[in-house]
Amino acid sequence: MSYLHNIGAYFLMIAEMFRKPTKWSVMKTLIIKDIDDLIIGSLGIVAFILFFVGGVITIQTALNISNPLIPKYLVGFATRQSVILEFAPTFTSIIMAGKVGSFITSSIGTMRVTEQIDALEVMGINSINYLVFPKFIAMLLYPFVISIGMFLGILGGMAACVFGGYTTLDDYIVGIQTDFETFHIIYSFMKTFVFAFVLATIPSFYGYFMKGGALEVGKASTTSFVWTSVVIILLNYILTDILLG
Amino acid sequence: MIIVEDLHKSFGEAHVLKGISTTFEKGKTNLIIGQSGSGKTVFLKCLLGLFDYEEGSISYEGKIFSQLSEDQKRDLRADIGMVFQGSALFDSMTIGENVMFPLKMFTNQSKSEMQDRVNFVLKRVNLEDAHNKMPSEASGGMQKRVAIARAIVNNPKYLFCDEPNSGLDPKTAIVIDNLIQEITNEYQITTVINSHDMNSVMEIGETIIFLKDGLKAWSGSKETIFKTDNEVVTDFVYSSNLMKKVRQMYIEEKQ
Repeated sequence: MSYLHNIGAYFLMIAEMFRKPTKWSVMKTLIIKDIDDLIIGSLGIVAFILFFVGGVITIQTALNISNPLIPKYLVGFATRQSVILEFAPTFTSIIMAGKVGSFITSSIGTMRVTEQIDALEVMGINSINYLVFPKFIAMLLYPFVISIGMFLGILGGMAACVFGGYTTLDDYIVGIQTDFETFHIIYSFMKTFVFAFVLATIPSFYGYFMKGGALEVGKASTTSFVWTSVVIILLNYILTDILLG
Repeated sequence: MIIVEDLHKSFGEAHVLKGISTTFEKGKTNLIIGQSGSGKTVFLKCLLGLFDYEEGSISYEGKIFSQLSEDQKRDLRADIGMVFQGSALFDSMTIGENVMFPLKMFTNQSKSEMQDRVNFVLKRVNLEDAHNKMPSEASGGMQKRVAIARAIVNNPKYLFCDEPNSGLDPKTAIVIDNLIQEITNEYQITTVINSHDMNSVMEIGETIIFLKDGLKAWSGSKETIFKTDNEVVTDFVYSSNLMKKVRQMYIEEKQ
């Protein structure tokens, strides 16, 4: 029953997020701050992870191709497909559920514990709109982070090829251009938009509706990470089945 | 003026408020006192509209809160200032930004007008040099004064304070109490203070209601609370050794 209650409360929160909007001059500042915290602040870790993940995919693919009949350019092809289709949108989103999600849950949760949300409510401010909406808008730029991650993942693969000697640069470049389908990029960005919405709203839900003190803020952050990851993985399956199946 | 009639509030099986009726007068500091768990905070949150209640009514200048539309409730809340027990300052903003926040949200003043008003209220609470400090850099007493400044910056008609001097030393607590009373009398605000501090009662208790187990057990003022024979009140008031001695001296003086 509590799961059903939470799902209902989550969708009511989403509806409330679009009601009674906060004054634009204030909202603008909040959005800029959230872009800085959630998007700009995540660029470094996403770039670092995907660069090295791209390198690892390249090495593992190259090492597993022992049959001389399989062309060497397959290494580049496999890296591109893995990074664009799964590692950049999904794998990164799971990591972001930990980084961005925990940040959102703990910051909103702390505001709940210290009565800052009550202060907003007493002033007649729609606290859900004030707190969650700017995060949702900021996260619309999440595909920008992912596109940089895709580029760096493929670049990381290229670096591994060149410096590790697993295949030639020419083979790798041929591989990343082979059988390229634009729809794969569209599919990836569609997933990313959905994950961005999940990353902004589920951690906000757990932070906003938490009860208790500092210990519960920690617990809420953990629960939020678990559920955000679960929802991302389930939606990944559903979207892949619908869009590519 | 705020009039409360037969207010009932439950949480599941727990009947917390069992029919409270009272009046909070304009231009006075109205205290709600009682032991922990007596329903003071729940009562205050019902007054503020943070909790819904099952029965009864709360009217602000004749307007019954539960019958107001969402827009009317929002307008009314713009007239409410609140000082929370933990101050509830926005920790991502400086003290100046905290105080300016209600002006940004509810007025169309220019930045210089808002700045002038912030300077004025910060001066009023003796914090004119604290503009650029973060709340985490301020002491408990300073945070309470910032909370008061934020609560009054938009000229509210109603000021609510939830245990405004909890966690403060007695001297700072008196400063805060006196500040609230001065502001209340100066701006003719209807002030409601939730407290279990007897020093506050003696300093600023112009009207007092005593809650016990979700009921109004007694009402009066700082002058009458020491003369009452109501046992639940005397148990509460004279629970400390200091107050027992004060009472003894009072009785001796009377004899």
